[in-house]
Amino acid sequence: MNVAILLPIAVPLVAAGLSMTVLGRLVPQRVIAVAASVTTLAASIGLLAGVSDAGPHAVVVGDWPAPIGISLVADRLSAVLLVIAEVMLAGVLLFAIGRRGDERSMRFFHPVYHVLAAGVALSFLTGDLFTLFVGFEVMLMASYVLLTHRADAKRVRAATTYVVVGLVASAFFLVAIAFTYSAAGTVNLAELAARVDALPGAIRSMLALLTLVVFGIKAAVFPLFFWLPDSYPTATAPVTAIFAGLLTKVGVYALLRSRTLLFPEDGPSTPLLVVAGATMIVGVLGAIAQDDVKRILSFHIVSQIGYKVMGIALYTAAGIAGTVIFLVHQIAIKTILLLVGGLIEDTAGTGSLRRIGGLARSRPLLAVLFIPTALSLAGLPPFSGFVAKLALVEAGIDAGSWAIVAVSLVASLLTLVSMAKIWAGAFWGEPEGPPIEGVPRRVPRLMVVTTAALVVVSLGIAAAAGPLFDYAADTAEDLLDPAVYPAAVFEEGSR
Amino acid sequence: MTAALPVLAGALFAAGTYLVLQRPLTRVLLGLALMGHGANLLLLAAGGRAGAPPLIGPDGAPVGAADPLPQALMLTAIVITFAVLAFLAVLAYRSYVLTGSDDVEDDVEDRRVARERLEDAA
Repeated sequence: MNVAILLPIAVPLVAAGLSMTVLGRLVPQRVIAVAASVTTLAASIGLLAGVSDAGPHAVVVGDWPAPIGISLVADRLSAVLLVIAEVMLAGVLLFAIGRRGDERSMRFFHPVYHVLAAGVALSFLTGDLFTLFVGFEVMLMASYVLLTHRADAKRVRAATTYVVVGLVASAFFLVAIAFTYSAAGTVNLAELAARVDALPGAIRSMLALLTLVVFGIKAAVFPLFFWLPDSYPTATAPVTAIFAGLLTKVGVYALLRSRTLLFPEDGPSTPLLVVAGATMIVGVLGAIAQDDVKRILSFHIVSQIGYKVMGIALYTAAGIAGTVIFLVHQIAIKTILLLVGGLIEDTAGTGSLRRIGGLARSRPLLAVLFIPTALSLAGLPPFSGFVAKLALVEAGIDAGSWAIVAVSLVASLLTLVSMAKIWAGAFWGEPEGPPIEGVPRRVPRLMVVTTAALVVVSLGIAAAAGPLFDYAADTAEDLLDPAVYPAAVFEEGSR
Repeated sequence: MTAALPVLAGALFAAGTYLVLQRPLTRVLLGLALMGHGANLLLLAAGGRAGAPPLIGPDGAPVGAADPLPQALMLTAIVITFAVLAFLAVLAYRSYVLTGSDDVEDDVEDRRVARERLEDAA
């Protein structure tokens, strides 16, 4: 059973190595990629099943006793996020294989993609602050390469911002680790949880603020989001989709984990609520000002991060549960929406809404894929976004935080406006300017089929709202109980 | 524990911050290198007093051994920082080859949106 914790990290790394040995030969690379994807997905589903039955469990690497060895921990939160992330990784992999161009022009696409998957899994599963840093770096290094592989001047410029911001955040993370170690004498999360409480208030606040800034940069919360809408849209469609679906969400996961495990609070945190509200509004207003499909969607990534921070800021069981549901919903919806954005761009030959038009008539299937995803992002029933936003809004009302509830509803409405703008620009109306040759272009069938399958998955999330609600409530209970996580780690260590 | 290490780390961070805020990419790169060194020094300082090599021999652990964990963390961090900086150096060179300049350019799309705002206001 416990081997399943290692698989999502080890299998992609082995696959990356194997994939390097058959560089330039697409068929074996694809076989390795699909096999690795299926194995990790099966392992993470196994983890989810085990964790939801028996509660969190841990593996201490190298069989050292718990606080000395590096522990990998799967609890309800990390298991469910891992499963949905692996589903999206598999979907985007098929999309990229269908798109062909990326595999051919980017020689190292497959190996680097495996490394990205390993970094994401390591970040979700690690029970150690320093290993979290390593997981982040593995994931970021892979994303740097995917963003800049065979890049033109525009993409190099965008990637420069991304890499520089990433490096500054990493330096801060190291400083946070150094301070944490000198104050508490450990970087093991389970051991830290017990020791941070005993620290003087000022040092505790300083550590809390430092980790908040570090994870805030990774998660792209206001005012630390500026790097995201610049860099993400310049990548190729599958790369943007997987960045949008996973990278910022890993930041939110780290934020959620550190807030609940290390720096628990008694009630709603007003500064964090202000950050959440500002992220929602600034992100969505940015989206409305844009013209390019992928840029619009990238600003929405920022806006939606605000909702997840809202649940964390409320710091009630309902709020945390809302954030968990929202994370699951967003990992799926953001990936799919960017895939649909990629399909629009490939079909119309451009991402600029002024120059696209009439896709509803020429490509009705694309419209069918866009509608449920866009409405889900805006939070309309019966889609998964409605379920997630309902959970958060209810939590906000229960906590009596009316201001954030109002802000979140306004942001939802503006999201709908922005989605309507894409609809009116791309699917209705006529293109402006000189016509682009050969549009609407045909896109390979595998891309459309994969996107359609992922849309079905997202509808499945909405259909499974009841069980998901219960699961998220259990998750929130685990997270808010300070004994659950350390117990899992130390029980394993003493065995 | 001396004050030298933290003070030096602070100086490195100050110089690094100044350089990161410059426009030429090579200066940004050097600034990030300095910040990385500063962070690594802090990790070393987190280990506390310097001591004997932390090797467990036949007669057990030596008295007054240095704390080995921060050194292990620091070593890992140095490798990671080095790799990412090497990557950024390549990226800076590529940017120079493609644009013929070392400066980080403005974002085209941002400029377009800003220009439209001005036109709308006029």
